[in-house]
Amino acid sequence: MRAVDALMECLKAEGVDVVFGLPGGANLPTYDAFYDAGIRHILVRHEAGGGHAAEGYAKATGKVGVALATSGPGATNLVTPICDAMMDSVPVVFITGQVRTELLGTDGFQEADTIGITMPVVKHSFMIQHPLELPRSIHEAFHVARTGRPGPVVVDIPQDYSRADIPYEPVTDVHLPGYQPTTDGNQKQIRFAGKALANARRPVIYAGGGVISAGAAAELTELATVDRFPVTCTVNGLGAFPAPHAQWLGMLGMHGTRAANYAMDEADLIVAIGARFDDRVTGKLSEFAPRAKFIHIDIDPAEISKNVPAHIPIVGDAKNILPRLTAEYRALTPDPQRLDEWWSRIRVWQERHPLAYEESADSEIKPQYMIQALYEATGGEAIVTSDVGQHQMWTAQYYHFPAPRRWINSGGLGTMGFGLPAAMGAKAGCPEQTVICISGDGSFQMNAQELATCAQEGIAVKVFIMNNGYLGMVRQWQELFWDRRYSHVEMGRWPDFVKLAEAYGATGVRLEDKATLAEGIREALATEGPVVVDVRVTREENTYPMIPAGQPARNMVG
Amino acid sequence: MGEPATKDVLSLDELEAAGGLRTGRKHILSILVENKPGVLTRIAGLFARRGFNIDTLAVGPTDDERISRITLTLDGAVHPIDQVTKQLHKLVNVLKIRDLEPAETLARELAMFKISADGVARAEVMQICEIFRAKIIDVSKRSLIVEVTGTYDKVDAFERLVRPFGLIEMARTGEIAIARGRGET
Repeated sequence: MRAVDALMECLKAEGVDVVFGLPGGANLPTYDAFYDAGIRHILVRHEAGGGHAAEGYAKATGKVGVALATSGPGATNLVTPICDAMMDSVPVVFITGQVRTELLGTDGFQEADTIGITMPVVKHSFMIQHPLELPRSIHEAFHVARTGRPGPVVVDIPQDYSRADIPYEPVTDVHLPGYQPTTDGNQKQIRFAGKALANARRPVIYAGGGVISAGAAAELTELATVDRFPVTCTVNGLGAFPAPHAQWLGMLGMHGTRAANYAMDEADLIVAIGARFDDRVTGKLSEFAPRAKFIHIDIDPAEISKNVPAHIPIVGDAKNILPRLTAEYRALTPDPQRLDEWWSRIRVWQERHPLAYEESADSEIKPQYMIQALYEATGGEAIVTSDVGQHQMWTAQYYHFPAPRRWINSGGLGTMGFGLPAAMGAKAGCPEQTVICISGDGSFQMNAQELATCAQEGIAVKVFIMNNGYLGMVRQWQELFWDRRYSHVEMGRWPDFVKLAEAYGATGVRLEDKATLAEGIREALATEGPVVVDVRVTREENTYPMIPAGQPARNMVG
Repeated sequence: MGEPATKDVLSLDELEAAGGLRTGRKHILSILVENKPGVLTRIAGLFARRGFNIDTLAVGPTDDERISRITLTLDGAVHPIDQVTKQLHKLVNVLKIRDLEPAETLARELAMFKISADGVARAEVMQICEIFRAKIIDVSKRSLIVEVTGTYDKVDAFERLVRPFGLIEMARTGEIAIARGRGET
């Protein structure tokens, strides 16, 4: 059969039920195979939309996402989603077409060095060197994307090879001698960690997206509640611990809660699980958690002691390690009263500095209020995607995620334009669930074209644009740190999002009054098909609290 | 799960951080990689984007044609070597990395020097060559080409000695290394 027909067999064998892509010259053979392969293909309007959709699908379902593009500009349009998937450890296989081998290296039409361009931002990549290699490479790509610390894998297929006739035999094994992720945590280290926890008086559990990737949210809760360990999560970890909860401190970091950041600052022992001490978490590194010792649990050994030296490193899968750590701790039967003092200190912070904002006296919709209204209208049960900026941080603060895989955002790369396609991918993967995208008027315009895809495919995502007519987060920084010199952040009242939605075949709604906001949201959620809600909010509201960049946590402002 | 947990006290004060430390000495990493296109680019790219400086780099075949050996040296005063090796290990085509123990390692480099040498100078240069067991591989009226092998430091010393005579140019391979004894590097 043709190599591309073998590709279809491989995708089916990997359990792929939906892919996102856009055809072009170099992947015409692949698209000919899709014609009757029986795999759902969603035709996106821009390859970046397809890439982010595959990420949204992967984050919502836990399965490997698949995005396709042709050579040259098709492949370069995927660079942002590939980099995004790398930063947030999202398992996605990107399959790109390449020019015919006789044209390679000649600057042929739509030729780009896809492998070279993407090399710094992939977990691994395969340039197909012979048609016979294709099936095995596809399976190896899925294996690498899915296992260990998940990530993006690129497979680049020259057009002539994809047409070649090959004997196809199902591949049942992979051969990657240099790739053997450690999953089993070292027992001695786990025992050591249990003892350290039993002796800690001011412990904090700091959990990241790795807990969700590992499918270890239940195990995290079990560890946290074996005693009364306070828990905070990174922006990517939200949902790994059920919020709200008596032991929940909220998100930590630049726009995290004071309770979470102050607890990190005063902790004597921090248990980092699937988190990587990003600068948005640590603030000024040299003054980060100055009193703490660190237990660091991660499946990627390179994350351990990368930014913060670990005292007890444990390499492995959180799902394997956390129950063993819980058992070790339980066996030590530590004095439960020893955390009383710590909790009374935390309660003071929580009571003195709850997340708060000034409510509007008139009909104006405060952005924080908009998120609270969305939380109430969905009962916290929706899958929520976001773009990047103020709306993202307010969602992280005011939408309390009760379970993993409900919150899908671009945490590491901070990609504006991520939200809508990610919601589209999440909805394609979880059609029964309510999927909402909380966006900004700036971010939404970066991939708004995917509304057409949603309309065509009947993908009923509900988009809520927090419209303040600004690139809000940049404006906030200009206000706070650049003397209010608002340089090129005003977006005005363009476009008319209601008309734009209608032009794309979606329903458009505008909400501008606090009094009717909740009702308007409920109606939008109940409307069939894709809906875009243009919510006009306070124009110059700031996201607080905030650790100014490069400063320590105790310097939080707002 | 092994032996049951004991209740010995563990003071958090006793815990010491591991990793991320700078050793302050030169390290020779011997890296076995799959002999596939683009592998060297992946390694070079990794070093560039993580800000690791390679001092020397040598690539060649091994006894197994599917595997190449990359020997590279870098400064442990500047880089946390454990972070470098852990990042390298993440490359799927990297099979094995050894941070060679200086005392247990034989390291050699090949260098070629083109030295300006006529009259009296020529005799002096030839004398230095003899001391360093360097080979003169080309002679012309006013210059010599000399081949030297040895450790990095030996080649450095040779360079310092011949430079005053007029060093026209020099080419060095970078060190390759192998572990002493019967075991594989």
